[in-house]
Amino acid sequence: MSDVKNIEYPFVSEKMRELKVGDMVKVSGRIFTGRDRLHKYLSEGGKLSVGLENGAIYHCGPIVVRKDGEWSVRAAGPTTSIREEPYMADIICKHGLRVIIGKGGMGADTAKACAKHGCVYLQATGGAGVLIARNIEKVVGVTMLKEFGPAEAVWELEVRDLSAVVAIDSKGRNLHKRVKAASKRMLKQLRC
Amino acid sequence: MKKKAYWEKNLFELIRRTSTDLPQDVESVIRRSLKAEKKGTRAHHTLGAILENAELARVKDAPLCQDTGALLFEFRVPAGFDTNALVAVTRTAVSRATRHGYLRQNTIDSLSGASYETNVAHGSPVFHFHQGARKTVDVRLVMKGGGCENVGAQYSLPDVDLKAGRDLEGVRLCILDAVWKAQGNGCAPGVLGVCIGGDRATAYKASKEQFLRKLSDKSRVKQLARLESRIMRDVKRMEIGPMGLGGKTTLLAVKIDSLSRVPASMFVTVSFICWAFRRRGMVLGTEGGLKRWLY
Ligand code: SF4
Repeated sequence: MSDVKNIEYPFVSEKMRELKVGDMVKVSGRIFTGRDRLHKYLSEGGKLSVGLENGAIYHCGPIVVRKDGEWSVRAAGPTTSIREEPYMADIICKHGLRVIIGKGGMGADTAKACAKHGCVYLQATGGAGVLIARNIEKVVGVTMLKEFGPAEAVWELEVRDLSAVVAIDSKGRNLHKRVKAASKRMLKQLRC
Repeated sequence: MKKKAYWEKNLFELIRRTSTDLPQDVESVIRRSLKAEKKGTRAHHTLGAILENAELARVKDAPLCQDTGALLFEFRVPAGFDTNALVAVTRTAVSRATRHGYLRQNTIDSLSGASYETNVAHGSPVFHFHQGARKTVDVRLVMKGGGCENVGAQYSLPDVDLKAGRDLEGVRLCILDAVWKAQGNGCAPGVLGVCIGGDRATAYKASKEQFLRKLSDKSRVKQLARLESRIMRDVKRMEIGPMGLGGKTTLLAVKIDSLSRVPASMFVTVSFICWAFRRRGMVLGTEGGLKRWLY
């Protein structure tokens, strides 16, 4: 488990299929932020000016400030992913996403889509906003800023060595589900 | 109120410090937990990242977590003190802290979905006032993130599904159920605030007031102190771990209090707060001068 694997944009499915649930990874290259507004928008057939093919969506509403005409990210930890569960599988399929980064785990539909399309769901450290901001080398651009507001906008980021854990792999194995099942057994014992 | 700018300056500093500087009592419990986890595990890695994040936020003077949460202000003021003026200067300080990037634009209109520019809106920030025989104005601020707020839960005893009756054992079953259900969400390890009794509204408020207690203190009520440590032991065995990825550290502390109730209802109300436990306070003179920091 202590081996850290590196993955880099473009996140092609053959590479993603090499990752196993529980692996620690470091993500580099281009990623996009996106949360509730974006997922709803895409699932309703909305179009983006940027392509998500072989790309990564990061469930995150960053704090971004503008300094001397340049955007800079002050904090960018993950937000709860399960809110996007109703839309995720569809977006993986239609837009060719191969990496999802978030926190808290996702459900059966996403796991199925991961297995089918060679996609992975990664868990970043929730709340570690400043630490993750340090891994962002550059804000490449932003779309839907006016429509969605700064927290919900689609920020295109260049990241280096963003740490995460594979929580759903491309066989559809789900780490949160495992922990949940094991803790349920213990909960039963504790009830006596 | 005279010297508005003076009040505002101190309240701004309270917000800045709360947002960027994890309290010592919280940090030291996380540090202890790190030692209890095995090196090379996900739990160890996650706790390490959390501590590194806390240090970096301090050095960079940046918010610990991008979700700067709901802003819960609690004021204890001398009888007859002008609380309207306090509301006004606090709101100004919140606007300024938002413009300076210590707070995210984190307040949304519930009907239109539009984001408020300054976090000052109907219902934000949240104020609670207590008047009493005192000579100072004590102000405490808790910034409570949405992820951990979402996993709060309220049970009504008896609970048939949980087989939980109207006694402390029933309370224990509710709390364990809430912890189990919350896993993965709300950024563990965190702290539980629990209220036994009260009504649906007062109980949630009391459960959140538990977050004003230092992590090291124990309930003065013996039964509750015992229940607090029992829950800690039980939850450890569930091995939910930091961020729900497995491990020993799921909770940093449990704080329980009780309120009286009517015969027909008995609620168990559980609030969570995540490891980004942003809580600070200051004692101000009636002219707004800083006397000392709380926590
Ligand atoms: S639950 Fe806490 S640490 Fe996690 S994202 Fe929300 S505010 Fe940040």
